[in-house]
Amino acid sequence: MNGAEILIDGFKREGVEVLFGYPGGVVIPIFDVLYQCEEIRFLLTRHEQGAVHAADGYARSTGKVGVCIVTSGPGATNTITGIATAKLDSTPIVVISGQVPTYNIGTDAFQETDMVGLTRSICKHNYLVKDIAELPRIIKEAFHIARTGRPGPVSIDIPVDVAKSRLKNYHYPETIELPGYKPVLKGNSKQIAKIGRAIRKARRPLLYTGGGIVSANAAPQLLAFVEQTRIPVVTTLMGLGTVPFDHPCYLGMPGMHGRVAANYALMECDLLVAIGVRFDDRITGPRDTFAPKATIVHVDIDPAEIGKNVHTQIPVVGDARQVLEELLAEVDYQIDPAWLAKTTGWKKQYKLEYQDSSDGEIAPQQVIETLNELIDPNAILVTDVGQHQMWAALYYHYRNPRAFLSSGGLGTMGFGLPAAMGAALGNPDRPVVCVCGDGGFQMNIQELATCAINRIPVKVIVLNNSYLGMVRQWQDLFWKRKYSQVCLKRSPDCPPDCRGPREDCPVLYTPDFVRVAEANRVHGLRAAAGGEVRSVLEKGLALEGPVVMEFFVKRTQNVYPMVPAGKPINHIIMGEAA
Amino acid sequence: MIEKHTIIVTVLNSVGVLARVTGLLSQRGYNIDSAIGAPTENPDVYKISLVVSESEEHIEQITKQLNKLVDTIKVTDISHKDNYIIREYIILKVLVNNRNRTDVFELLNVFRAKPLDVAQSHIIMELTGGPRKVERFIELLSPYGIKEYVRSGEFAMAEYQPTKKGEKNGNQNVL
Repeated sequence: MNGAEILIDGFKREGVEVLFGYPGGVVIPIFDVLYQCEEIRFLLTRHEQGAVHAADGYARSTGKVGVCIVTSGPGATNTITGIATAKLDSTPIVVISGQVPTYNIGTDAFQETDMVGLTRSICKHNYLVKDIAELPRIIKEAFHIARTGRPGPVSIDIPVDVAKSRLKNYHYPETIELPGYKPVLKGNSKQIAKIGRAIRKARRPLLYTGGGIVSANAAPQLLAFVEQTRIPVVTTLMGLGTVPFDHPCYLGMPGMHGRVAANYALMECDLLVAIGVRFDDRITGPRDTFAPKATIVHVDIDPAEIGKNVHTQIPVVGDARQVLEELLAEVDYQIDPAWLAKTTGWKKQYKLEYQDSSDGEIAPQQVIETLNELIDPNAILVTDVGQHQMWAALYYHYRNPRAFLSSGGLGTMGFGLPAAMGAALGNPDRPVVCVCGDGGFQMNIQELATCAINRIPVKVIVLNNSYLGMVRQWQDLFWKRKYSQVCLKRSPDCPPDCRGPREDCPVLYTPDFVRVAEANRVHGLRAAAGGEVRSVLEKGLALEGPVVMEFFVKRTQNVYPMVPAGKPINHIIMGEAA
Repeated sequence: MIEKHTIIVTVLNSVGVLARVTGLLSQRGYNIDSAIGAPTENPDVYKISLVVSESEEHIEQITKQLNKLVDTIKVTDISHKDNYIIREYIILKVLVNNRNRTDVFELLNVFRAKPLDVAQSHIIMELTGGPRKVERFIELLSPYGIKEYVRSGEFAMAEYQPTKKGEKNGNQNVL
């Protein structure tokens, strides 16, 4: 067998059902093998970034390893953003890139880039295959490393001569020998008992959980633990859906754009049980002000996360599901209900509020709230990055893990559409809805053609405020309303010192998304007034195949609640009036 | 408090492993004072000695991140351990004249340094020793005028450690 055949054989043995990718000179040997391969579906994207985000969306929604194949040089560098996205959100993907022949490496050959060097800091691990004899082992290891422990991206760079050369006596390895790689799954029982004692002693315990619950498939255990103990719980952006939005113990997402109740609970709790989270600065605010009254328990599969951002009193290294199972046996009683009542009281007191525009403008929040009424409860919601992402996180009625997908850590604009495409391929029997802003949608808009041609029925909702809204919001609140380069309607005719929407703003938005949709043979619908939101959503969600639904929303709407950068998380701006 | 730490990283002898280890430190904003990597008696194993000046907290984070690398087998911060032999190798070129040449040779003898090249205007010498010995040697030679020196950076090996409690003086270097 040659290297390319070994690679595809390895994919089959690792259970790969779908590949995302884009061909090029040095990967022709691999594509040559794929030509006859019926077991694996190949999705040809329109850009390598689309391929890597699609693999990521597939991985996030299914829990399986997402795989993409690209060529060397520009093909390889186009995957960089997607690899970093997967790294920061700990999602398992394997990226195969072609490389110039081994005898040309280092000569600045045509389409040569040092992929191993480029991806070193954004990968969980990476390989350059210099010898065909190493290939079977490397494939086996790559999938193992991507999906075990704290999941993450693995890159394999395969020179074209390795893909073409033959290996006698090929056999796929049964076992893995990685003396330095042994993720700890079982938490130390003494430490877990300590958590139990800490909960018994605590008066105001709080659960703070995140993406680690999703990776460990521990949502049922988390829910069982919450129900058994009645400890209030907050979940990070990466953990949305592990606890249903309407659970009586659930306080919502905390942080910069978090729910007031979640932030207050973090600041008031005397025991913080953090599981599968990493104390990101968007959650904690200034770290010395975070959870000032709390003893901190931190459970994580990655020992390097413990103590990285905050000082921890009770550390436990282990898999979230295994630790929660032990905790279920350890804490078999309900805590004092007064604390839960207090926190859920905050939730009732500080509701999410927005003004329905009287003049018929669409409030972006209204689109999400109407979507809640119309969407299939089994659907997967994918977001892009920006204001709409936070409105989706705050208003959407998430019910299941792996059903709210968003680029959290890296905040990658352009993630939404291709990730939704990947999620749709991984979940052919579930509706997939992608919420985008008008900025991020254009970053990988070319994938509309991929959706159309391959009949991938992604329903895209574009909340068009004609602004790079999140940056505009910061300029609005903290930069004296100097809206520098955030208006996507801005032309050379506009006044240089424009301070926001005016009577004489350009009327038309470029491009016309409905016509872009139609040019891609995708249904295009538009709502320009509040009264049209429901009918457009109803119609768009019911149509077969991919759909673009554009909503011209209130241009100056900010996301609230908001904690200004550098402020403790209980210093919350509730809305325009404040 | 910022302190000098010597960290021994035992890794698999894989392609680019030295770059992986040193890259990890620079990626997270830590400066490396010195780094030596070389193969060991086991061809599959490679050892890297790092000297990093950082606070205790940062050192903890560095060792955790190093441990996370797939190729890493073991990470040991030997800074506060007394059962390690730490050595450094240095080559110096010192300016001399007819008046002070004997003084310099006397220092060489005391420190058991070895002359490699003796000329009218300078002496090139080599010295091997623990960190304090090397520092002191440089200090004592500097009044004569050190033209240049190159240092290997520190490397280390654990001493024999008795496992039975009864054995005494186990932690003292017997030589």
